[in-house]
Amino acid sequence: MALLEVHNVTKKFGSLVANNNISFEVEKEQIVGLIGPNGAGKTTLFNCIAGLYQPSEGNIIFNEVDITKFPPYKVARLGAVRTFQIVHPLRDMTLFDNVLIGAYLREPNTEKARQITEKCIKKCYLSKVKNKYAGDLTIGIKKRLGLACALATGPKLLMLDESMAGLTTTEIKESVELIKNLRKSGITFLIVEHVMEAIMPIADRIVVLNGGVKIAEGQPEEIIKNDQVIEAYLGKKYSKKITEQKGSGEECLTLG
Amino acid sequence: MNMIKFRKKDIYWCLFIVILILIPFLPVVANNSFIQHVLILILLFASMSQSWNIIGGYAGQVSFGHSVFFGIGAYGAGMAVVKYGMTPWPGILVGAITASIVAILISYPCFKLKGHYFAIATFAIVEIFNRLFMIWYWVGGAVGLDYSLAEEGWKNFVWYNTKIPYYYGALILFILIFSIVRWMEKNRFGYYLMSVREDQDAAESLGVNSAMLKLMAMTVSAFLTGLCGAFFVQYNFRVDPPMVMSLSMSMNFVLITILGGAGTIFGPLLGALILIPLQEYSRAIWGGVGGGLDLIIFGFLVVVVMVYQPRGIMGIISGIKRSTQNTKEVQPNPFRKEGEKNGIT
Amino acid sequence: MTMFFQVAIDGLLMGMVYALAASGLSLIWGVMDVINFAHGEFLMVAMYVSYWLGFLMNIDPIISWIASGAFCFLLGVLTYKLIIRHCLGGPPLSALLATFGLAMILKNVCLNRFSPNFLFLTGTLLDGKKIILGDLIFPLPQLVTSVFALVVVFIVYYIIKRTRLGWAIQATSMDKEAAELMGIKTDWVFAFVFGLGGACVGIAGGLVTSYLAVNPEVGGIFSLIAFITVAMGGFGSIPGALLAALFIGLIEAFGGFYIAPAFKYVVVFGLYILVVMFRPKGLFGW
Repeated sequence: MALLEVHNVTKKFGSLVANNNISFEVEKEQIVGLIGPNGAGKTTLFNCIAGLYQPSEGNIIFNEVDITKFPPYKVARLGAVRTFQIVHPLRDMTLFDNVLIGAYLREPNTEKARQITEKCIKKCYLSKVKNKYAGDLTIGIKKRLGLACALATGPKLLMLDESMAGLTTTEIKESVELIKNLRKSGITFLIVEHVMEAIMPIADRIVVLNGGVKIAEGQPEEIIKNDQVIEAYLGKKYSKKITEQKGSGEECLTLG
Repeated sequence: MNMIKFRKKDIYWCLFIVILILIPFLPVVANNSFIQHVLILILLFASMSQSWNIIGGYAGQVSFGHSVFFGIGAYGAGMAVVKYGMTPWPGILVGAITASIVAILISYPCFKLKGHYFAIATFAIVEIFNRLFMIWYWVGGAVGLDYSLAEEGWKNFVWYNTKIPYYYGALILFILIFSIVRWMEKNRFGYYLMSVREDQDAAESLGVNSAMLKLMAMTVSAFLTGLCGAFFVQYNFRVDPPMVMSLSMSMNFVLITILGGAGTIFGPLLGALILIPLQEYSRAIWGGVGGGLDLIIFGFLVVVVMVYQPRGIMGIISGIKRSTQNTKEVQPNPFRKEGEKNGIT
Repeated sequence: MTMFFQVAIDGLLMGMVYALAASGLSLIWGVMDVINFAHGEFLMVAMYVSYWLGFLMNIDPIISWIASGAFCFLLGVLTYKLIIRHCLGGPPLSALLATFGLAMILKNVCLNRFSPNFLFLTGTLLDGKKIILGDLIFPLPQLVTSVFALVVVFIVYYIIKRTRLGWAIQATSMDKEAAELMGIKTDWVFAFVFGLGGACVGIAGGLVTSYLAVNPEVGGIFSLIAFITVAMGGFGSIPGALLAALFIGLIEAFGGFYIAPAFKYVVVFGLYILVVMFRPKGLFGW
C-alpha cells in the first residue's frame, strides 16, 4: 500500500472548482513533486490533505487510515506534517523554542523534547542561530525553521509548500541537500514547488496540475517533454513553436 | 543556554518571595494599616491578573468576561458563610469549581468567534450574569451578601483587628498562581498555548488540538480566578453584583496584565505594582469628592500605554534586551556547515 | 392587543436611534477593524452639548443637533489622529483598550465638571406633544428623533454606496494598500470615517436630549448595545446594523414589558449570544 493515496478528490468553493477529480499516490520514501502554474489548485489540494479543508468529494488515505475528514491536528499526529508558504513563527521566542513546539508532539517530557529539538536544529543547519528571536530571522532561515519544526514532530510524510520561494541559489542548494538526507533517513516527501531547479533534480515522480485538474504524472524527464505541461506553463503560442521546433529537429527548450 | 536562563529566573523568584515574606516585619509596614491594605490588594490583583494571563496573555484569547468567574468565586464563599452559616472553605471550593463549569459552557459558543466578535461576546456574558445576579433572590439580589461577625482566624478566614494574616493569605494565593503559570511556561502546555496565540493554523499543523487546549486553559484560568474572588469577599466582608460582576472589574484584569506585559510571568505583577497604588492613593486623596480625578489619570495612563507600548513594561524591557543582542553579535552565517570557518572576519 | 402594538412602536422608535449610533460604529469597524469603546461616551458628550445649549442659550435640540454632530465629528477625527492611528499597526485589541481609556477620561471629566446628577431639558419645542392614531400614542419628541435618525442612516448609506468619497472608503476597507496605490489618501479616509462615526452618534445624542436625561453614566450601556447591534448585524454592514438595531429595539421593549424591566438586557444579550453561535460573523458580516 502506498503511504498516501489521494482518490478522486474534488474541492469546490461555491461554484469555483479548485480541485477536480484528482488522484495520485505517494509511495514510502519517495519524493513526489506537485507542480503547476499559479491558480492550478496545488495549495488547495495540500490543504485538503492536511485537513485545513474538507474535500467536497473523494477520499484521502494516509498510512491505511482514512483521513478525509480529519482536522489538521489529527492529520499531523498520524505523521503527515506540512509547512506553510508564509511562515508565522512565534516571533518573541527563540528559534529553539519554536522547534520545541514541534518536538512536543511525540514527546511530552520537556527534557527529551529538548534533545529532539537539538538534533533537528543540527540537521537543518540552524545551530548557529538557535537562540535568536524568531521574529528577527531572514526569510531563508524562517523557511528552514518551518522545516525544522515539522521535522521535530517525527513525521512519516513531510509536505512542503513552496519552501524554496524567496531563497538564494546557495540556500536552495542547501535545502535540496537537506531534503535528500532526510529522505535517506526514511521520510517521504510531497513537495509543492515553483522553483524547478529545486524539484526536478530530486523528485522521483512529478504530478502536474492545471486549472484544478491533473494533466500529467510521471518522471521528471517525461514531464518536461509533455506537450500539455509545456502548454500549461508557456501558453499555446510557445507550445506550438516548440512542437514545430521539435519536429524540425532543433534543440528543445528546457524548463528552469 | 536556555536552561541557564530558566535557573536565573527561578533564583530571582525565590529571593523575591523571601522579601515578600519579610515585608510585614518592616516597621513602616507593620504600623500602617493603609500600606498593608495596598500590599494586599497588589498581591490579590496580581494573582487575579495572572489567572487571566493564562487565557488572555499566553493563549491570546482576550476575554472581558473574567469578572463572572471572580464573582462566582466570591458568591461561593459568601453563600457558604451567609446563607449556610458554614466556614467559607467548602464554598470556596464549590465556587471555584462552578466557575470552571461556567467557563466550559461559555467557551463552547465563544471560542468559535474571532477577534472583536469574541471580545463583544464576553462583554455580553458579563452583562447577562450581572443582571441575573441583580434579580436573583437566592443570592441576595441587588443587595448582595453581608457578613455578620464571626470568630477570627484561619477557620473562618476573617480577621478584624489586623490585616497581617490577610497579607499572608494573599501571598499564598499569589505564590500558588504564579507557580502554576511558571510551571506552565516551562512545559508543553504553555508552549502549546503560545503557539495557538501566534498562529492557530500553524499550531494545528504541528499536532496541537487548539480547541481542547483553549478549553483547558479557560477552565484553569476560571478556577484560579474563582479562588481570588473568594479571597476578595473574605477580605471585604460583603459582595454585590456591581462590585464583582461588572465590566469595570473585568477591565482591571485586562488592563493590569497588559500594562505589565501580557503573556509574561511578571507582567501581572508589574501592572499591579503600578496601578493599584495609583488607584488607592488617588482615591484616598481625590476620590469620593465626586472627583473621578483618579479615574481620569487612570484612563490617560491606559491611552498612553496602548498608543506607545502595547506590550507593556515587559515589552519595553525585552525590546531593550533584543536590541543589545542584535548589536552585540556579529551576524553568523548559518549556512556554513559545522566545523567550517565563519565567512565574516 | 393595543398594548402589543404600542410596545412595538416604542421599541421600533428606540431601534431607529440605535440604528444611527450603530451605523457609525459599524462603519468604523468595517473600514478600520477598530471598535470604538468610547462610542457611548461620544453620545454622552453630544447630549451634554445639546443640553447646555438648550439650558443656557435656549437652543432647541431640533437645531442643536448640528452642533452636537459637528462637535462629535471633530472629536472622532481627533481621536483618530491622536490615538487610533498609532494603534493600527500594533496588537489587534490595543485600539479597543485605548478607546476604553478615552471613555474613562470623557466620562470622568463630565462627572467632574457636571456632577453625577441627571439633567433633563424641559420646555423644548416638542415637549409633551404627541400624535394619536386610534389607540396608539406616538410621542412627538421620540417620533421626530427616530425618523430623523433613520433619514441620516439612509444618507450615510447613500454616501458610502453612491459617492466617490464612499467608494474611496469602501476601497480602503477592502484593501488599504491597494487603495493607497490608486492614489487614495487612506489616512484622510480613516480620519473622515472616524469623524463620520462620531457625527452619527453625535446627531443621535443631540436629538435625544429632547426626551432623555443626560448623566455621565449613559454612555456605558449604550456602548454595549451599539457593539451588540453591530456585531449582530455584521461589521461593515449598514443595512445589517439597521435591521439588528430595529430587532434589538423590539426585543428590549417586549422583554422589558412582558418579562421584567430588569430583564430586558438579559434577553437582548442572551439573544446576541444565540445569534453568533449560529452565525459567527453576524447576520450580514463580511
